[in-house]
Order: sequence, then structure tokens, then C-alpha cells
Amino acid sequence: MIPTEAYLLLSLALFTIGVVGVLTRRNVIIVLMSIELILNAVNINLVAFSRYFGSVDGQVFAIFIITDAAAEAAVGLGIILAFFRNRETVLADEMDMLKW
Amino acid sequence: MTSQLPFFLAHIWLIPMFPLITAAAMLFFGRKLKNDVINALCVGSVFISFFFSAGSFLQLLSLPQDNRIAINVLFEWFPAVPYHMLDGRIANFVADWGFQLDPLSAVMILIVTGVGFLIHVYATGYMAHEGGYYRFFGYLNLFMFAMLMLVLANNFLLLFVGWEGVGTCSYLLIGFYFHKKSASDAGKKAFIVNRIGDAAFLLGIFMTSAFLGTIRFADIGPALAKGNFAVGDPRIVAIALLFFVGATGKSAQIPLYVWLPDAMEGPTPVSALIHAATMVTAGVYMVTRTSAIYQLAPAAMAVVATIGAVTALFAASMGVVQTDIKKVLAYSTVSQLGYMFLACGVGAFTAGIFHLMTHAFFKGLLFLAAGSVIHALSGEQDMRKMGALAKKIPITYWTMLIATLAIAGIFPFAGFLSKDLILGKAYEKDALLWAIGYFTAGMTAFYMFRLIFMTFHGQSHVDHEVEHHIHESPRSMLVPLVVLAGLSIAGGWVAWPEILGGNSAFIRFLEPVVAVPHELRAEAAKGVNSRLGEIGLMLLSEGLVVCGILAAWYLYIKRTDLPQQIANRLGWFYRLVYHKYYMDEIYDSLFVNRAKDLGLALGAFDRTVIDGAGVNGAGWLTRFISKVSMWWDTWIVDGSVRLGARLIWLLSYPVRMVQDGLVQSYMLLIVIGLIGFLAYYFHIAHHAMH
Repeated sequence: MIPTEAYLLLSLALFTIGVVGVLTRRNVIIVLMSIELILNAVNINLVAFSRYFGSVDGQVFAIFIITDAAAEAAVGLGIILAFFRNRETVLADEMDMLKW
Repeated sequence: MTSQLPFFLAHIWLIPMFPLITAAAMLFFGRKLKNDVINALCVGSVFISFFFSAGSFLQLLSLPQDNRIAINVLFEWFPAVPYHMLDGRIANFVADWGFQLDPLSAVMILIVTGVGFLIHVYATGYMAHEGGYYRFFGYLNLFMFAMLMLVLANNFLLLFVGWEGVGTCSYLLIGFYFHKKSASDAGKKAFIVNRIGDAAFLLGIFMTSAFLGTIRFADIGPALAKGNFAVGDPRIVAIALLFFVGATGKSAQIPLYVWLPDAMEGPTPVSALIHAATMVTAGVYMVTRTSAIYQLAPAAMAVVATIGAVTALFAASMGVVQTDIKKVLAYSTVSQLGYMFLACGVGAFTAGIFHLMTHAFFKGLLFLAAGSVIHALSGEQDMRKMGALAKKIPITYWTMLIATLAIAGIFPFAGFLSKDLILGKAYEKDALLWAIGYFTAGMTAFYMFRLIFMTFHGQSHVDHEVEHHIHESPRSMLVPLVVLAGLSIAGGWVAWPEILGGNSAFIRFLEPVVAVPHELRAEAAKGVNSRLGEIGLMLLSEGLVVCGILAAWYLYIKRTDLPQQIANRLGWFYRLVYHKYYMDEIYDSLFVNRAKDLGLALGAFDRTVIDGAGVNGAGWLTRFISKVSMWWDTWIVDGSVRLGARLIWLLSYPVRMVQDGLVQSYMLLIVIGLIGFLAYYFHIAHHAMH
């Protein structure tokens, strides 16, 4: 049986990769993918603890998050598509108009 | 009071109204009317006025001789206002739309409506082919209204309304051909020169009301008696002189005569009606109307007589050298008006009015006949381009000859009787005045026959072009000529002198109006000429008149080369007279140009002081103040707001740096924050464990 710590380490690794991807990648689509990684890291965490405590609450929660991630991806890609039509770019460092 | 009077006397106020109605109709709707309709309305209304005048005259005659007066008060003009006269007494200022018919105004309305009617008839022929036909007759009717108001008014103020009204109509009619600069200038000149006289007249009215406490003619005699004014009282003399200045303006006497010759720019019927027969005699009428005042002011009477005599001579001398047929008649009018004032000045007011009447007949006729000549010659007015017209326009010739005989004073034409009466009265008063008048009579005969000979006799100097078109005038013009010719012959017979077996009916009729006060009556009675003297004076003047006619015949028929030689021989004197004594130039340099200078100076004052310092100064000040206000707004009010904003902007600088719009930098901050939070949390937890 695989120990819970292993799941948590995997989750930690995934989360870290996601945060680094969000912070460092210029392409917004990759940023969006990195956010998916973060969400899935959380899912692994929830499912691992669900098994550890013998309760299905965490698994139900994970299914909600998967649904949410799908909706988020759809909306996010829609925004990116609209933005690209207007500005012909998908690079995050060129999206700096929303400021003082 | 009105109800007790017979019909016409109760309705004298209607006489001016008929022409007023048609005048209004013409001036409002005339443009659309046909000439025939205009004729019917305008000439008809004057005829109705004449009919009413004749009716009221006959009814006035039927009243007892010492009570021949009818007064219609239409309505109260000013409510009676009490005021202090200059001597402290309290009087009521009363002025009504009141109409008064007495022998004097009866004579005047008969002349105005009678001669006026004939001239209206004449004008229908004379003006037939002119533009503005309705306008002409509208003005002419308006003039009739004003003139009738003038002679029918029962107080000075209403008289003044008519006085100004005729002045206005005179202006309008002189400038009838307003597109011609000389005509509109002449109209302005007449109006402005008259204004000077009118101002004096108005002052006279004020003084009358201040000293006598009334401006009603009927009250003046009683007021004079009540005020116990002595003969020669300076107040009365002042009033009389002011009135006379007014009269000199309207009646073209020295020094205000200059407008009348220029007034000949108007159409000829206007010259006949306004500038010969009626309006210009208003001054004589007014002096006669106020004879009660003049009789108490011998000094003013002397001025009137002297001005009259000098004007008569002066104007006659200018008439001798004029070449424009209407100008000759204009100077002749000035001269004859001088005779009328001479008569008034020597106390023979009735003789003045008598001459006024005969003059209206023969001078009206002269102008109308001259108009007929001008009409025949397609507008030519220069006598040097006339001649030998007697056969071609015989009716005009004969009627004009009759009028000329009348004005020259040939027995028994109308002019003889009136002029002789004046000269007789002048001789009683002052031999020098008589001599001037006598000499003028000779000159009158000379220049009038000069006109006749140059126009109708001798050789024709008419342009060939014009010669073909010479024609006798239409019947509408000839009938008035013939009627006036009859009046020029017989019109004077109403005052056939006693010395020649008459009864001076006209003079007796007028006498109640100019009744001599008691204290003066004795003096007036004593200077009666002897029968022989009177006849002698008549023969003397006839002799001079015949000499004048013969001289004219000799110079302008027999020896046509002589006038030029005489003119050359006289040199500067001829030029002086020919240029009308340079009077217009003198007036120009003394008054007109000074007035223009004053206008220019006032204009400069306007530009520099009013516009410059005043208007522009106020504008500059406003702009200056608004600039200061603008500066305050920009730098103090806006400045403090912007300073606050700039300060906030400066202070917010570091915070603003955080918000750079890059989503990843926000994310970084979140991660740093999270790490910071977790580090702090675990640090606390670590401490809590130990």
C-alpha cells in the first residue's frame, strides 16, 4: 500500500510546478495549463486525505473541483480568444493596460 | 352753445375733416386706386369743404355785425391745469380742440378752400402723367387739413398744430420729386429754416400763457384789459416780436425768406397752393389774429412794418434779374408778403388780409399759368428759352396777362385796390415806408412785365425739339385759370374804396376782428388823407406802374440788347443782385457750416470721449477685471486644486508602482504573501509548541 506521504509529495511537486509555471511562463495558455496543475495538485491532496480518513467527502469535493476546472478553462480560453482578436497577442507581459 | 347755432356754423369743425379723411385714404390705400377715383375723392372732399365754408360764411353774415363769431369745441385737449402766471396770479391752462369762425377765419377758409379747390382741379391735369399721383393728392389733402386747422383754431396751441402740419406738408411736397437731390435739399432747407421761426413762435405762446394767462384768441383782449398793460409794455413787445419771428419763417420775410425761392423745386400746383396762395400767408394771418397784442406794442409794429417794406423791396430787386420763371414768381411772392406785413405794421391789418386775398387770386393764377407754360414747353423753366408764346397758348397768355396786370396794380384789377390801400395807410404812418412800397410797386410792374415779354412776346428762343410739342393745356388746367382770372379782376371789388364811390364792405366786415383799443382809436382816426391826397396817391402809383411797364417793354421788346449792356455797366452790383446778394453763401458760412462744424465737433467728442473714454473705457475695464479674475481662477482656485492633486499623485507614487497591470506580478505578490504568512504562522506555532 502506498503511504499517504507519497501522495502528498506528489501533490506538493505538482503544486510547485504549477506555481512556477504561472509565475514564469509568458504564454497565457500555458499559465492556464499551470493553473490546471495547481487545481489537480489540490485534487490529489483531497483524494489522498479522503482515503486516509476513510471518508468520501474529499472525493466528492474533488469531483466539484474537476467540474469547476472545466468551466474555468472554457471561460479562460474564451477570454484569451477575445483578447487575441483585439490585441493579436497571448503574452502575459504584454497585457498591462489594467493599471493606474 | 353749439345747438343754438345754424347748421353750418355748428359744423365748422367738419371743414378740415373732409380733406383729412381723403388724405388718410390716399396715404393708406391710394396706391391701388385709379386716377379717376383719386380725383373724385380728393377734389371732391375739398369741394365739400368749400361748400361748407361758403355755407358757414353766409350764415356768419346773417349774424349781427358785432357778434359774428361761432365756436365749436370738439373736446377738451388738456384738462384745465391751474398755474401761477409770472405776476403771481393764478390762471387755468385751457386748450381744446376748439374751432372758431369769425370774419377773419371766414375769409381765410374761403380763400384756402376756394383757391385750394381750383388748384386741386388744375393739378388733376398737371400731374396726370406723373408717378406717385395718389401720394401727391394725399399730401395735398393733408395740407388742406392742416391749413384749415391753422385758420380755424380757437387757441394758439391748436393753431400751432396746423402751423407745424402745413410745414410738414410743405416739406413733403417740395421734396415730392425726392429722387432729385436739389428737391430733397430744398425740402430740408424749408423745414429747417421754418423750425427757427417755429421755435420763436412757441416761445411767444409760452410767454402769452405766462403773462396773459390764456392762449385762447377770444380771451386775449379781455386778458390784456384785465392785466392793465400799458402801450409799449416790454412784455407785450417781447411776445409780439417772438410771434413776428415765427411769422417771418412761415411767410418768408427777412431774414428767414431764403427757403421760399428754393421751394420752387416742388411741383407747380404746390408752388401755387402752398408757396403763394395759402401757407406763406399764415404769418400774416397770425399777426392779424394777434393784432390786439401788436396794437399794444408800437415798437414791434414798427419792426413788422420795416421788415415788411425792406423785404418787399429786397425781394423785388432779386426778382428783376431772375431768369427762371418760377423763381421770379417766388421772389415776387416774398415781395408781396412784405407788402402784407407792411400793412400789418402800419396798423392796417384789414388791408393786409385784403392783399392776402387778392394775392391768393393773382399769384395763384400766375403760378398756375406759369405751370401751364412749363407744361406746354415740356418742362422748360428758363425764360431765356421762351418767347413768342402768346399766339400758341392764348388762354394761358391772356389769363397770365390779367394776373400780371393785377399784381402790377393796374386800375381796376384786384391788386390795384389792395396795394393802393396798403400804400395809402403806409403814407399816413410814415412817408419813408410809403416811398419804399411805392418804389417796389414800380419794380413789381417792371419785373412782371419783363416776365410777360420774355415769355410770350418778342422772338422765339424755344428749342426746336420742344417747339413741335407746344400745346395748350387740357381743360382741367384752363378752367381754374379762367376762374382765377375772373377773381383777379373782380376779387378786389368787394373792398371798393369810398373815395371811388364804394363802401369798403370787405374792410368793414373784417374790422370787428382787429378792433382798435380805445386809447389808440383817436390817433388812428386823425391821419385820414384828404380826398384829393388819396386820389393823388393813386394817380402817382399808377404813373409809376405804367413807367415800369414801359421800361420793361423798351428793354425786352424794343432794345433787347440793352439789358446785357446795363448788366455789364453795373458790373459788381449786377453780380451781387444776380447771386441773390450772396445770401445763401452768407448763411452757409455763418450758420450752416458752423452748425456742421458743431456737428463734427460733437461727432469727435462722441468718438473720443463717449466712445473712447466712456464705452471703450468701460469695455477695457471689464476686460481688465475679467483678466484679473481669470488669473485668480487659474492660479489660485484651480492652482490649489491642482496642487492638492499633484501632492496626492506624488505621495501615491510607491503604491502605484505595485499596480503594473501584469497579472504575473500580482501572482508573485500573492505567493510572497502566502510564504510570508505561512512562515509567520509556523513561527508562532513553533513558539507555542515550546
